Amino acid sequence: MTEQTRISLPAGNRRQFLQGAAAAGVGLVVGFHWAPRQALAASAATDGSLKSDGAMLNAFVRIAPDNTVTILSKHLEMGQGTYTGLATIVAEELDADWAQVRAEGAPADAKLYNNLAFGPVQGTGGSTAMANSYMQLRQAGATARALLVAAAAADWNVPAAEITVAKGVIRHAKSKRQASFGKFADAAGKLPPPAQVTLKDPAGFKLIGKQVARLDARAKSTGTAQYALDVKLPGQLTALLQRAPRFGGKVKSFDAAKAKAVPGVVDVVQISNGVAVIGKSFWAAKQGREALTIEWDDSAAEKRSSEQILAEYRELAKQPGLPARTEGDADGAFATAAKVLEATFDFPYLAHAPMEPLDCVVKLAADGAEIWAGDQFQTIDQANAARVLGLKPEQVKIHTLFAGGSFGRRANIVSDYIVEGTEIAKAFGGKAPVKLVWTREDDIKGGRYRPIYHHALAAALDHAGNIIGWRHRIVGQSIIAGTPFEPAMVKNGIDSTSVEGAANLPYAIPNMSVELHTTNAGVPVLWWRSVGSTHTAFATEVFLDEIALATGQDPLALRRKLLTHHPRHLAVLDLAAEKAGWDKPLQPGRARGIAVHESFRSYVAEVAEVAVKSDGSWRTEKVTAAVDCGQPINPDIIRAQVESGIGFGLSAVLYGAITLKDGLVEQSNFHDYQVLRINEMPEVEVHIVPSNEKPTGIGEPGVPPIAPAVANALMAATRRRFRALPLAGTIKSA
Amino acid sequence: MAVNFTLNGHAHSLDADPDMPLLWAVRDLAGLTGSKFGCGVGQCGACTMHVGGEPVRACSTPLSAVAGQKVTTIEGLQGKVAKAVEAAWIRHEVAQCGYCQSGQVMSAVALLGGNKQPSDAEIDEAMQGNICRCATYVRIRAAIHDAARSLKA
Repeated sequence: MTEQTRISLPAGNRRQFLQGAAAAGVGLVVGFHWAPRQALAASAATDGSLKSDGAMLNAFVRIAPDNTVTILSKHLEMGQGTYTGLATIVAEELDADWAQVRAEGAPADAKLYNNLAFGPVQGTGGSTAMANSYMQLRQAGATARALLVAAAAADWNVPAAEITVAKGVIRHAKSKRQASFGKFADAAGKLPPPAQVTLKDPAGFKLIGKQVARLDARAKSTGTAQYALDVKLPGQLTALLQRAPRFGGKVKSFDAAKAKAVPGVVDVVQISNGVAVIGKSFWAAKQGREALTIEWDDSAAEKRSSEQILAEYRELAKQPGLPARTEGDADGAFATAAKVLEATFDFPYLAHAPMEPLDCVVKLAADGAEIWAGDQFQTIDQANAARVLGLKPEQVKIHTLFAGGSFGRRANIVSDYIVEGTEIAKAFGGKAPVKLVWTREDDIKGGRYRPIYHHALAAALDHAGNIIGWRHRIVGQSIIAGTPFEPAMVKNGIDSTSVEGAANLPYAIPNMSVELHTTNAGVPVLWWRSVGSTHTAFATEVFLDEIALATGQDPLALRRKLLTHHPRHLAVLDLAAEKAGWDKPLQPGRARGIAVHESFRSYVAEVAEVAVKSDGSWRTEKVTAAVDCGQPINPDIIRAQVESGIGFGLSAVLYGAITLKDGLVEQSNFHDYQVLRINEMPEVEVHIVPSNEKPTGIGEPGVPPIAPAVANALMAATRRRFRALPLAGTIKSA
Repeated sequence: MAVNFTLNGHAHSLDADPDMPLLWAVRDLAGLTGSKFGCGVGQCGACTMHVGGEPVRACSTPLSAVAGQKVTTIEGLQGKVAKAVEAAWIRHEVAQCGYCQSGQVMSAVALLGGNKQPSDAEIDEAMQGNICRCATYVRIRAAIHDAARSLKA
């Protein structure tokens, strides 16, 4: 998801929303018939417990008689710390004591839990959680506080204005009375919400921007956090699905006799994209799946190899594409250039490979269905599941659990794994709840990859080495075309996610032409942590270093010269360079590279220090990052996300590549789709630029600069050019 | 055929296919879900359990291999080392998505059980069988050092 996505958000939406949320008030409690209490947590709860008692003060705040404040998160917690961040915002305005705060996943509801950055939809992505929730949740916290104060004022018969709240205690100094939140929660929940509330002056923040502890740290350190894989309902069975080996393949015929003979196999059912084996355990279902005989119809399947696809893209890049950005007269600049530099870059398909492979539990009933998943697009998944079942969306209840990573994979407009699970449950006649589990092989071979891209860049230089023209052609599949996001995100044939980071290049270059060729391939594609910036940052930032090298300029000085009108870029660039000691001498065999990139309205610069040995092998030793994501909400989570983005990005630098041979995916598991391991993780230092700007995201923006920073360091060390990822094909790692 | 073994200090008898991986026997039959499935081929370490005190990849260990043995999962971790590791994991806020962390904690406890003061290189060696896609590795290293210090104190 990108942050630019905005679909028909009506004016005044936020106000309507808050009124709606407040009006729902206590009524919502009645609506909260979660799963039976003896079952697992109905949704991911940070303390691993099930506490559904208490009064709803609005859609986001529930307060129990024991003083527990539960924040309902409209966003999925997939590691990015969103539960803690959102709870911090509410708790700040509520003046809660952090120790009394917990968080859990909200039920699917696009009205109450709309993502204000791209709604109406409840969904998480594009690093939007803090940005879209900040004012909404401050208001929710302040409203809840006002209700507690009003309830106390009525009970104590004192003016509300004389009541103070601090650290979860409501106090009236004059009469020396005080109470905890639990005492007045019920009464507060019955009061009408105030017409307006006053938010705090940020100077007085006690939680926002401070070091508060992650709410899910204990559950996730002791094995008690609940993921979809851990759901166990009475009578539940496990399903594994055999999908077509080629994208677009269909089942022609199958023989289930041997599969059904496997002990523990209960049934074999065909659904729209394959044959599912349902068993009493994962092991039974897996053995059953291995015993299936399926004949596939590949007539409509993608049969090309990735090398062929890339070769076609290279040809396309020789022709002008559709304009994504036009400044001045690029053709004229190239015609008069003293020198022209050119480079092409290749990027492979990438699988997300979250540690928890895709999985969900589907339970059908006569009048509806329930789904348990690490659900990232709740209301889209709800609608797609309802369509399969012939139900209304509101008849499908989504229980959002912790997700064992996603990196974009679970945010999927066709809801692939949810639809599969629902189709299997339906084909099985709803006789038992069914848990669909993808194996790692299913995940690696299952598509929805970051697309293959090819970039062709050219720079026109004048006699002094100044860049007077810039041409950038991008070739690749559109992530958005054919989805409901298309009207908002594809304009004049340009999918904004294909060109983000390139079309908004900040450098002061008078004549620019950024062009796009959108291709078709039968390989399903999807956003992968930081989306377009996964490739545009590399192509632009590496090419800029090639220009610096060719013109004898320092890469930092060149960037500084071209960014004079972009103070936020400049500030992170300078901070990263200063902290990394950019101008300090290095040990022999070491080199530094720098890159700066804006994504999702956050700014990140990274300096990578690499060591290259005499045998040519190399290692990233240290990364120094500087980040500006507006008002920091939780500095330690910001640091953690940048560390994570660097490590995630390094996997793609070192190894990441899904390749096709005659339409068949060549990789299958972590031995041939390698990811970063602890021995390859550099030392990381993260510096946060103090800011009062509104908060922006940090889940993704740490990723884009790492690949170009490392490649630029290697270029500085070796004078070689690095124009394709992963680097494993070009230079061996230590 | 029943396989008898000790799971977290309790005698267990599981009547199951002896080839069923220990991970699925523990998750689907014994009902303990702290150990996770990540790859099924011993590549990622999310399923790590202790068998006779040694870390093993339960996804690729057949149930029959633990007959008569003592198996410990994250749910059954006990003792000073385990407490120190868990406390350090919480203090350093290691976990992000958290899915791999049961396996990380099991590997870290096994490491500190045998090496009271591991170096960075020793940590890397002991922990490189455990993948974390959130790349929490910087904090894993820091938490292990911290746990080692707290055990020494």
